[in-house]
Amino acid sequence: MTHAISVEAVGIGKHFGTFHALSDVSLKVTPGTVHGLLGENGAGKSTLVKCLLGYYKADDGGFIVDGREASIERPADADALGLGMVYQHFTLVPSMTVAENLVMSRQNVPSVINWRSEIAGLKQFMERMPFKVPLEVEVGSLAAGERQKTEIIKQLYLERKFLVLDEPTSVLTPQEATEMLGLVRGLAHSGTLTIVIITHKLKEVAAFVDEVTVLRRGRMAGSGLVKNLGPSDLTAMMIGEPHAPKNPERKGAPSGEARLAVSGLRTAEDSGRKGLSIDSLIVHANEIVGIAGVSGNGQKDLVEVLGGQRPIASGSMQVDGAPYDASREQSQAHDVRVLPEEPLRNGCVPPMTVVDNLNLRSFDLGSGKSRRSWLDRTGMATRARDMIAAYGIRTPSPQAPIGVLSGGNVQRCVLARELDGDVRLLIVANPCFGLDVKAVAETRARIMAARNGGTAVLLISEDLDEILELADRVAVMHEGEIVHEMPAEGADPQEIGRHMLGHHG
Amino acid sequence: MEAIGTVLLAMLAGSLRVSTPFLFVSLGECLTEKSGRINLGNEGVLVLGAMVAYATSYETGSPWAGVAAAAVAGLLLGGLHGAICSLARVNDVAMGIAIMLAGTGIAFFLGKPYVQPSATLLTGIPFGFWSDNAQVRNALSVCPLFLLGIAAAIALHWCFNATRVGLRVRIVGDSQDAALALGLPIDRTRFLATACGSALAGIGGAFLSLYYPGSWNEGLSSGQGLMAVALVVFSRWNPINCIYASLLFGAAGALGPSLQTVGITWGYYLFYAAPYIFTLVVLIITARGGRSLRGMPGQLSIGR
Repeated sequence: MTHAISVEAVGIGKHFGTFHALSDVSLKVTPGTVHGLLGENGAGKSTLVKCLLGYYKADDGGFIVDGREASIERPADADALGLGMVYQHFTLVPSMTVAENLVMSRQNVPSVINWRSEIAGLKQFMERMPFKVPLEVEVGSLAAGERQKTEIIKQLYLERKFLVLDEPTSVLTPQEATEMLGLVRGLAHSGTLTIVIITHKLKEVAAFVDEVTVLRRGRMAGSGLVKNLGPSDLTAMMIGEPHAPKNPERKGAPSGEARLAVSGLRTAEDSGRKGLSIDSLIVHANEIVGIAGVSGNGQKDLVEVLGGQRPIASGSMQVDGAPYDASREQSQAHDVRVLPEEPLRNGCVPPMTVVDNLNLRSFDLGSGKSRRSWLDRTGMATRARDMIAAYGIRTPSPQAPIGVLSGGNVQRCVLARELDGDVRLLIVANPCFGLDVKAVAETRARIMAARNGGTAVLLISEDLDEILELADRVAVMHEGEIVHEMPAEGADPQEIGRHMLGHHG
Repeated sequence: MEAIGTVLLAMLAGSLRVSTPFLFVSLGECLTEKSGRINLGNEGVLVLGAMVAYATSYETGSPWAGVAAAAVAGLLLGGLHGAICSLARVNDVAMGIAIMLAGTGIAFFLGKPYVQPSATLLTGIPFGFWSDNAQVRNALSVCPLFLLGIAAAIALHWCFNATRVGLRVRIVGDSQDAALALGLPIDRTRFLATACGSALAGIGGAFLSLYYPGSWNEGLSSGQGLMAVALVVFSRWNPINCIYASLLFGAAGALGPSLQTVGITWGYYLFYAAPYIFTLVVLIITARGGRSLRGMPGQLSIGR
C-alpha cells in the first residue's frame, strides 16, 4: 500500500489574457489529512488544482511535492508524482464495465488483454479495499454514489498518494455523501492518501475536513484548522461578509385552491430509462412544492412535459381546473411560466438580443392578451429596460446577444422574464445551479416573493437543502414515480434520502 | 412444395452470394462509428474499390492483387475523410456525402477503359462437392472473400473486447471526457478507424467486380454502401451481429431472383426492392419514439 504525501503550492499566479484567475495563492496540504478548498464559483479553486495537475501551466510560483520541488508541466508529470483527481463530471466510460475501465486507466495496458488474469488480479486488489464495487457491471448502470466510489477505487488502483475531489457530493444523496466522505476521511487518516476536497458546503467542512484554504476572487482569503474556525469565520472568508444572507420569509399558508393538478401522467421510456409515471401531483396557490430526487430520476422529463418539450403518452394535466397541454396559447392564457435548467439552452435564443429574449413570452401579445402581428418595438425595449434595472442584469447593451452574458446574468434575464406580470403557476428547475452566494439568495427571495404573492410554485431541485429551505411540501421522485410526499416543515433529510434511493418504509 | 424448397435454396444461395459486400461495408462502418464518427462516404469507397480491383486484376492478371489494391484505395479515400473531419467544425455527415460523390466520380472517370475488357475473377470454393444436384453445388460455391469477411468480423469483435487498441477505440467513441482524461489521441484514433474502416469497405467493392456480378460498370453498386449504415444500426454496433444482418439483407436481395426461378414473374420490381423496403422498416422500428439506441457510441454526431 502507498503512503500519503504532502503537497505545497507556493505563490501561484495564473492569468488568461488580462483576467487574473489566481494571484499569489499558496496552499499547504499536510500528509494524511483531508484538506478543504473553499470558495464561491469563479474564486479560482479549479484553476488552482488544474495547475497542480498539469492541465494548466502556472505563470508564477511553484509546487513542492513530498518535500521536493516538482516541475508539473503536463498531466503526465502529475501522474508520475502520484497526484490524481476525481472530476465532478465523471470520466468513466459508461458503456464499459468497471473492470474494463480500471484496466484501461493504467499506463501500461498490454496490447492483448488476458481478461482471466486481469479479473483475478482485480479481485485480489478489491479484497484490500475499504469498500467494494462490482467488477463486471457496466458503469452506466451504477448509481451516482457507486460511480463516485468507482472513481476513487480507480485512483487507488493507480496507486495515487494525493487526490483532489471536485465537489464530490453534488450528485449524491445525504446518505451516500456521508458514507463517501467518511470513507475518504478514513483513507486519509490511515495514511493511505492525502485528500483535497473542493466544496462550498460548510456542513461537510465542519464534519469531515481537517484544514481549509479559502479563495476569493483569485486570492487567498484565509486558511487554518477547521476545529479553530466557526461557520461565520468561513463565510466571512468566502464572501467577504460575516453572515450568509438570511433565508427569505414565508408569508401565509397555502390556499386550498389546486392550481396545477397532474393525474395518471405517463411518458414513453427514453434511452433505456423508464418514462414518467406520476399518479397524482397537486400544487396549490400560495405554495411551493419541492421535487427531490437523485439526478436522472425523471425530474428533467417532468419539467419538459410541463414546459411543452416532451409529449405525454397518457394522463391529464389541469391548470385552474381546465385541461392544459403546455402549448403557447394555453401557457399565455393561464399565465404558466417555466424557468428551466440550463436556461441559455432551454429558455433563450442565444444569438438574439437581450431585449428580444426578455420579450419571448409576450412579444406576440397586445393589450388584454389579444394577438398582435406587428411587433411593438418601443414597448419591448421599455419592458426590457425595466427588467434589466429591476433585476440588476449586467449586459454590455440591451442589444447585445444574450449568449455573451455570464451564466448568472442569463439566469437573471430568464427569471425576470418568467416572473414578469401576473404569474399563476411557476415551474423552476435547479434555479441556483452555478450562482454565487448573493445571486442564490436573490433568486430564492424572488421565488419566495412570488409564492407569497399567490403564485403556485413547483420547484424541481437536486439540492435538498434548497428544497427544505423553500418548499411547503416535499415530493420525492424515484425512477419517474413520486414515491413519497411529506410537509417540508420538520422533514428528515435522512428519510428523504432513503426515498430518493427507492428504499421505502 | 418443391417450389418453396427451390425458392429457399435460391435465397440461401443468393444470401451467401450477395451478403459479402454488405458484410465488409458494415464491418468498416461499425469500426468507424465505434470511434465516434460516421462515414457515409463508404458508398463511394465501394464503387472505387470495385473499379480499382477490376483494373488491377486486368493489368496484373491476379485477382488477389486487385483485392489488395481495392483495400489500399479505400484506405486512402477513408483517410481523406478522416483527415478532413479532424478539422474544427467539419460535419462528418456532410463530408461523407462529398466523399461518396467524389469516390463514385473518380471511379467512373478512371474506370471508363475497363468497362469492356474482362479481368481474371476470383473463383469460388466448392463446398457443395458432395452433392450431385447442380443447384446445390451452385448454391454452396462460396467466395473466399465471404470467409475472409467472417474472419474479419470475429477478429473485430475480439479486438473491441480484448485488445488495447480496440478498447481505446471504444473509449474515444463513447466518452470524449474519459478519452481526454486518459490522454488518448482522439483525432488520430478516429482518423485511423475511419481509414481502416474504409479499407474494409474497399474489399467489399472488390467482391462486386471480381466475383458477383463479376464485371465493372457504372451501375455496379445499388446503394449497398449506404444500406450498410442502416445495417450497423440494426446490428447494434456489434461485429458478430453484422454477419447475421448481412445474411438477412442478402436474403432479402435474393428474393426477387429466387421467385423468378420458380416462374413467379409478377411484381418483379417490387421483389427487387425488398432490401430497400427492409432497410426502411429496420430504421423505422429501431428509431421509433425519438429515443436513442442501446449500444450506440456516445460521441456519434447523430446521437448528440
